[in-house]
Amino acid sequence: MTRAKETPFLRLKGSLVAETIALIDFGAGNLHSVHNALMATGASGVVVTADPDVVAKADRIVLPGVGAFGACRDALSAIDGMIAAMERRVRQEGAPFLGICVGMQLLADKGIEFGEHQGLGWISGTVHAIEAPSADIKIPHMGWNDVTPTTGHDLLEVGEAYYLHGYHFDAANAADIFATTFHGRTLVSAIGRDNIVGVQFHPEKSQAYGLAFLKRFLEWKP
Amino acid sequence: MTVRIRVIPCLDVADGRVVKGVNFVDLKDAGDPVEQARAYDAAGADELCFLDIGASHEKRDTIIDVVRRTAEVCFMPVTVGGGVRTADDARALLMAGADKVAVNSAAVSRPEVVSDIAGRFGSQCMVASIDARQVDEGRWEIFTHGGRTPTGIDALEHAMRMAELGAGELLVTSMDRDGTRDGYDLSLTRAIADAVSIPVVASGGVGNLDHMVDGVIKGGANAVLAASIFHFGQHSISEAHDALRAAGLPARGSS
Repeated sequence: MTRAKETPFLRLKGSLVAETIALIDFGAGNLHSVHNALMATGASGVVVTADPDVVAKADRIVLPGVGAFGACRDALSAIDGMIAAMERRVRQEGAPFLGICVGMQLLADKGIEFGEHQGLGWISGTVHAIEAPSADIKIPHMGWNDVTPTTGHDLLEVGEAYYLHGYHFDAANAADIFATTFHGRTLVSAIGRDNIVGVQFHPEKSQAYGLAFLKRFLEWKP
Repeated sequence: MTVRIRVIPCLDVADGRVVKGVNFVDLKDAGDPVEQARAYDAAGADELCFLDIGASHEKRDTIIDVVRRTAEVCFMPVTVGGGVRTADDARALLMAGADKVAVNSAAVSRPEVVSDIAGRFGSQCMVASIDARQVDEGRWEIFTHGGRTPTGIDALEHAMRMAELGAGELLVTSMDRDGTRDGYDLSLTRAIADAVSIPVVASGGVGNLDHMVDGVIKGGANAVLAASIFHFGQHSISEAHDALRAAGLPARGSS
C-alpha cells in the first residue's frame, strides 16, 4: 500500500462528488484491516495518509489504533502537524470523525497505561485498565459482546461486535456515552459528541455488523 | 449478557496451502487457505486461527501473503501461529492483517520474546501457545516441535510465566488428546484457566459438540478451538453456538 496524496476524483453522474475519507496512517496494527473494511463497504475515496494536508481537506477522518495508548499517542504526535490538522478539520470545521479502539481511547484527556499519557482531550475522560471484579472475568476483554445503544445515535444499532482491549474509556460525562457493553462491569462501547464518534469495538473485525456500522459512518450527516 | 464464548476453527497451513482443512463441496480450491477462511467468515466463526506448520524461517513470506489476502476479504479476527520467533516476525503478521500472533517454541526457549511482543504491540495481540502432555497425575509438561520434544518445564508454571510476561491469551493444546477426538484434556485446561487472569483457549481433541461445552463448563475455557469437526462438515459453526447456548453459556447469535 502506498501513502497516497490523492485529490478526490469527481463523480459527475447525479452530481455526486466522491468524498475523501482520510484514514490516518501512524503505523497502527489495524490500519490495513480498517482500510480493507472501508473498501468492502464500497467506499471509493479512501486515502491512507500520513499527510496533514490531506487530513486538513478530508471530508471524513478515521483514526485506527491498537496496542498501548502511549505508543499510539507518540506515533501520532510524531507526524508533524497531524494533530493540529485533525483539531482544525474535526473540531473547528466539523468533519465527521471516527476513532477505533485505541483511536477512540485517544479522544480522552489522558491514558494511564505504562505511565500517564496525554490524550487529544476531545471527549472528557481517562483511559484506565479494566479491573476484573471476580476471577472468572478475564482481562483483556476479548471476543464478541453487545453493543447496547444508550441514546438514539444515528450510527449505533443493537448488535454484537468484536472487542479486544485491556483498557477502557472512563467517561467524565454520561451524556458523551453513545453505547455500552458489559464485561464484569459496564464498559463504554461508543462515545462522542456532535461530529465525533469513537468505538471501542473493532468494526473492521465484526463481520456484517461492523461493515454496516462503517457504511453508516460514511453516510453520516451529523 | 457478557462476552461470548468464542468458537474458533483452526486451519493448518504449510507453504501457503491448507493441509488439514474444510471439505466444503462448493470450494473451488479447497487447498486455498483464503477460500477456506471466507467460508468460515460467512459461517459466522468468532475468530479464525491459521497454524503455519510448514513454518521454516525462510518461508515466512508465504504465510504473510496468506494473511494479507485473507484480511482483504474476511472481516473477523485472525490469529496466526507457527514459526513466530521475534517481535519483528509478529510485526510482519500484524501489519499484514493478523489481529493476534501465537508464539510457541520461541516462548519456551526465549520467554522474553513474549514481553517484547506485548511491549511493542500490546498484550491483546500476544497469544502464548502451550503444547503440553500429562506426565503424572495432575502434572503436565511442555513439549515442543509438534509434541515430540520434552522440555522438562512444568506446564502450569510456564502458563503463569507467560501471563506475567504480558501474554494476553493462552492457547492450551493437549498433545495427548490432539487428533484423538476424545475431547479436551479438561483437567489441564481447568488447572491453567484457574491459575491465570487472561483468557484461555481450549485445544486438542474435539470430537463432538459436547466436548466444546465441557471445555467451557468443566475446563473453564473462554474459547474453544477445533479443526476436523468443522472441516469435514460434521458440525457447523452455528451448531456449535447453539450447543453452547443450550448449555446456558453465552454464544453469538440468538438463532
